[in-house]
Amino acid sequence: MKLKTRIGVILGGLLILTWCLLPVAWIISLSFKSQKSVTEGSPGFLPTEAGFAGWENYTSVLENEQFRRAIFNSIGISLIATLLSVILATLAAYAIARLEFKGKKFVLTTALVIAMFPVVSLVGPLFDVWRSIGIYDTWIGLIIPYMSFTLPLAIWTLSAFFREIPWEMEQAAQVDGATSWQAFRKVIVPLAAPGVFTAAILTFFFAWNDFVFGISLTSTESARPIPAALSFFVGADPFNRPASLLAAGAVVSTIPIVIIVLLFQRKIVAGLTSGAVKG
Amino acid sequence: MASITMKNIVKKYGDGFPAVNDVSIEVADGEFIILVGPSGCGKSTLLRMIVGLEDITSGDMLIGDRKVNDLAPRDRNLAMVFQNYALYPHLTVYENIAFPLRLAGAKEDEIDKKVRDASATLELDEHLERKPGNLSGGQRQRVAMGRAIVRDADAFLFDEPLSNLDAKLRGQMRTEIARLQKRLGITTVYVTHDQTEAMTLGDRVAVLKRGLLQQLASPRELYENPGNLFVAGFIGSPPMNFLPAEVSGTTVKLPFGEVELPQEKADKVQDRGLLIAGIRPEHFEDANVMDSGIATAGSTFRATVDVVEWLGNQAFAYIPFEAPPEVRKQLEQLEKDLDGDSLRTQLVVSLDGASKVAEGDEAEIWINSAKMHLFDPETGENLTVDRDHAGEIPGLDNPQDQARAEKMAAEGQE
Repeated sequence: MKLKTRIGVILGGLLILTWCLLPVAWIISLSFKSQKSVTEGSPGFLPTEAGFAGWENYTSVLENEQFRRAIFNSIGISLIATLLSVILATLAAYAIARLEFKGKKFVLTTALVIAMFPVVSLVGPLFDVWRSIGIYDTWIGLIIPYMSFTLPLAIWTLSAFFREIPWEMEQAAQVDGATSWQAFRKVIVPLAAPGVFTAAILTFFFAWNDFVFGISLTSTESARPIPAALSFFVGADPFNRPASLLAAGAVVSTIPIVIIVLLFQRKIVAGLTSGAVKG
Repeated sequence: MASITMKNIVKKYGDGFPAVNDVSIEVADGEFIILVGPSGCGKSTLLRMIVGLEDITSGDMLIGDRKVNDLAPRDRNLAMVFQNYALYPHLTVYENIAFPLRLAGAKEDEIDKKVRDASATLELDEHLERKPGNLSGGQRQRVAMGRAIVRDADAFLFDEPLSNLDAKLRGQMRTEIARLQKRLGITTVYVTHDQTEAMTLGDRVAVLKRGLLQQLASPRELYENPGNLFVAGFIGSPPMNFLPAEVSGTTVKLPFGEVELPQEKADKVQDRGLLIAGIRPEHFEDANVMDSGIATAGSTFRATVDVVEWLGNQAFAYIPFEAPPEVRKQLEQLEKDLDGDSLRTQLVVSLDGASKVAEGDEAEIWINSAKMHLFDPETGENLTVDRDHAGEIPGLDNPQDQARAEKMAAEGQE
């Protein structure tokens, strides 16, 4: 019985891994094929001897000025949006978790409603507004919608974390001589660190992967992020898109997010609060 | 170091619940005072008002000569140990203890010296680099104390600090706290619901019920001269026995028979009709195992023993009796106030371990009637209290003020 379960678990795991990683493997393999071998059809899963392009696709992607600008835009916009969103969400969530004020429920439900709004329905109005106030095709023009869509989720996540932290922690800090701000900064924020990083990852994902805002609220490379830029990668022949080049671009644009997730993941140490109070 | 003065402290919560009603307590410099009472009596609220975590609705709170009503906790210079310790889990033991010093902006070498002193006192030296999550309950408790003693605080406040420990550790830590307090000589206010802690630790004990101060006296005074039924029932384990009694002359009529009362006690309770007599279990004895010399000082009666619990050094015998409705009502209310269940009315008698009384026997029981207290069944007031040895009893010292406070408490409960 035990052996059977074990085999089942391994088989299941393999199945899920294949399901999830096959497209990734496919795109990585594609990015190493030469354009010619792709257009000639039936290129096979692994690059053939003749069709192997080496790092060629990558160098041409990275040499592309447009793409480099797009990476720079994406990193900048996503990081700024994440930072601002997390700071605002931390303060807001703390207030929601700790204070009793009129309209608390209203704030929370409104936040949720905003998060449920279909992104597409806002694109038209935002396009008009952004153009008339002059932030169309700028970083800030993307940062604002990213923040407004990620804040609700970040606030909900964080306020749940703050509620988990016993009141006594702040009270102890205050008795020990801390101001409310010091208690918040030195005790509460470190304790809520897993929540803060969770919120940061969620926000970063959203900003990095967004396509709709990226393509509609930008017109030049001055603010266009990677997902939008990739779609402009048409090459010389519009009927024959450079698939292997696109694949290389996709891989390059995935690398930062993998790095960031790995970095943040270390900070999300479960059970950090254990031992604060009697466990 | 400083005294703490509470003057007519009132706490009414936002929803109108009166947690503390007109409590006045003076804690002398260096004194160890205990706030004790059943749950919901306002003892923790009172402590949190001293430290500044709760606003004071009315009344004055003085630390030394300074009125602190409107000061933030950090400006009161008090150290507090919380029930659940409230250690900072992301900091090491060393940093936990150093936390108040760092906030105060002390120099690095001074911090190091003070932290090491504190850790030596509490025998935490080998744990300094560990995180609270890896410590046992007793060690966490000591770290919480370390965080308190490392500062030169004006007073220590303890909020049920031992209730999360197991029984053995609780005993050790209790002694440890007492020793530490004596050595540091620092004013201490200690909240507990455990009467063993109350009796053993405190210089004086304040008994609270529903936000009202019932009596403030030394443990011995509380035990020997309880001011009212509530204090009498709360202090002592097993609790004091309450029996219906009628006094005529120096004779008290109890459900089991008549006993003689000393003249001076009898004088205080003449012509008052039905009373409640309170006698502690140890003031009874099996007449058969006593020296005849002592036995003559009290009276004896015969009763059928229902259950006997023999513990070796002593035995508890249970003797049921019927109480008249007037008394029964008062006793049921008392049980409710004490967080207990209304059980059958029975007499608990502590007998010598040598006693051979068995279940179902009719035993001859001696009663030390000189130790008997008589209570007014209406007000619960102790009519035979020795006022010189009973500390402060607000209900008797200032009956009008206390009546007003009681009204305040009653209004909010409805």
